[in-house]
Amino acid sequence: MPERFPKAQLDLEDLTIHEGAPVLLRRALAKLAVGELLELCGDSPELAEGLAAWCRKEGHRYLGEGKGPNTHRIERRAGLAPLMAAGSDIAEVADPHWGLAPRGARIEAGGPEFAFTLRHKREIWAQELSSIYKQAVGNQWSAARDIPWDKLPKLPDEVESAVCQIMTFLTENEFAALYIPARFIPRIHPHYREVVEVLAVQIVDEARHAEAFTRRAEAGGGGVGTTAVSSQLSLQTLVEEPDFTTATFLLCVMGEGTFLTLLKFLEEHAPESATATLARLAHRDEARHVAFGMEHLRYVLEREPERRASLAAAVEHRSRMLAAVSGLSPYVHDALTVLAGRGTSPRQVREGARRVAALHREMDRARRERLQSLRFDAGEARTLSAYHTKNFM
Amino acid sequence: MGAVAYDPKVVTIWEGFKPYFEKRGAPIDYVLYSSYDAQVEANLSGEIEVAWNSPLAWVKSQILSRGECRAIAMRDTDRDLTTKILARKDSNIAGLADLKGKTIAVGASDSPQATLIPLSALADAGVAPGKDCRVVYHNVMVGKHGDHVGGERDAARALAAGNADAACVLDANYTVFINEGTLDPGATRVLASTPPFDHCNFTVRADLPEERSKPFVEVLLGMSFQDPDVRTLMELEGLKQWLPARTSGYVQLERAVERFKFYA
Repeated sequence: MPERFPKAQLDLEDLTIHEGAPVLLRRALAKLAVGELLELCGDSPELAEGLAAWCRKEGHRYLGEGKGPNTHRIERRAGLAPLMAAGSDIAEVADPHWGLAPRGARIEAGGPEFAFTLRHKREIWAQELSSIYKQAVGNQWSAARDIPWDKLPKLPDEVESAVCQIMTFLTENEFAALYIPARFIPRIHPHYREVVEVLAVQIVDEARHAEAFTRRAEAGGGGVGTTAVSSQLSLQTLVEEPDFTTATFLLCVMGEGTFLTLLKFLEEHAPESATATLARLAHRDEARHVAFGMEHLRYVLEREPERRASLAAAVEHRSRMLAAVSGLSPYVHDALTVLAGRGTSPRQVREGARRVAALHREMDRARRERLQSLRFDAGEARTLSAYHTKNFM
Repeated sequence: MGAVAYDPKVVTIWEGFKPYFEKRGAPIDYVLYSSYDAQVEANLSGEIEVAWNSPLAWVKSQILSRGECRAIAMRDTDRDLTTKILARKDSNIAGLADLKGKTIAVGASDSPQATLIPLSALADAGVAPGKDCRVVYHNVMVGKHGDHVGGERDAARALAAGNADAACVLDANYTVFINEGTLDPGATRVLASTPPFDHCNFTVRADLPEERSKPFVEVLLGMSFQDPDVRTLMELEGLKQWLPARTSGYVQLERAVERFKFYA
């Protein structure tokens, strides 16, 4: 057999295996082809034994001592793992084997298959994701710092109680808006990280809203109010929606869209500055959530215009499920009336009721406008808006 | 084939290999055993045709069958292992002979690498385990022949904590224990190394027809670490390549089993 000459040399000096010698060994061996030899010298104690065990684990062959003093030879055996090139462009379909690797990374082939069920771009994508995310990060606020709690006046009991009831209703809706994206995130392939990022901040927004609204209910001494079965039934049909686009449509476009009008109403009729500030800041966040919903729906409907029919069917289906439910929870309806009328005298109630009726009309108008901007025709928009749950979300 | 369930990953590995063998015309199914003793018995009685055996299970199979077993394949990482007998740097123990009257931390009582082979090396050096020195066993999962690293880690901890004067660990685990912080390379040193020995193999009865074992071995040897279909499984099983078996690497263990009358 002809003598084999080493292809590369490495001097470890007195570096031991436990002091990082494998770093240099791996670098030297990576430059060799399978079957080529590395000759190395090193005078640390126990180097030969350490090299033998290391080579076994790494899949190389330790050939024993070389010719010179303190020299050793290693034959490169294990080839480099084949790499998958996922590329840095956003793919139409993400491979489950890409796993949690960042987009653009080199990925060793043969990794485990992750169960991300949302891995087609058309199922989840939206335009403007980066700008929505940037705005979200830039506009984070704090319930402790940014609400003028110290300016909270003592309100008449019936008005304070109305505020508390509205805060209770808002909080349960915020929970729904938190759980829905939270359910979908683990299903979305990380290749589409921009979607995950936007949903993640959405969750943080909703957590903050829930905290702030509960705090307002407690701040005036009234505490949280009553939750109606009708509200819970309405929210349950939303939280349990299994399809991402349908859930986004129902939550972000129809529900949070309706909430934009509600929060504007609350800001306008708030009896004090803490509630008004809360409503204003929450409105700013919800507007971003609506923007995401609209952009996602636009993206999907441009590619699959026929999905309008299934979205309409989802709204109708939800409406039929809730047909027996009498409408907006009486707790919430009455609280909004008292708040908008600033009291419970017949004159105040009449004024409040008039404003709440106007609120419903404005909600309907804004919903139809959004639906038409998604290219539902005027008739469809009118029908769908009418079918939308009477519980707002 | 039989395998010992020393960890839940055993199911992942063999469930994963099943379609690979099936696709290549050598379908397999597996049976899990809770101990190597049960697996050896099943293999010798014909309940299974191939046993994925620890070295001690191989030795036991040969004893019970009077040499009527064959080893057919092993991992690249099953060849030429050594066990390190470690001491603390600050002790005045210079060699194995100095362990007379001392305490030796070993792995599970049935671990070839962390107990039987190094204790036999100690006896070769004139220190009879249990008689000339105290042996502290770390019995994690007895019956599984030291497959679980916990026993060795406990032995290493006993050395680091000063509860033992020496500890016996597999060479690869020595690196693991240093990297994870169980052992401080500045505070321990290698007192002695055993000669190289071999570890697991696939064992069949000598009378198993060649047409039953050959397709299995051929598929096994053809498996590539480069193949994404089996890459994860080979990582989990801890090898880069399957090799034909050799039985020359079990001499030290055979001697230890005889010396300590392990199966007497």
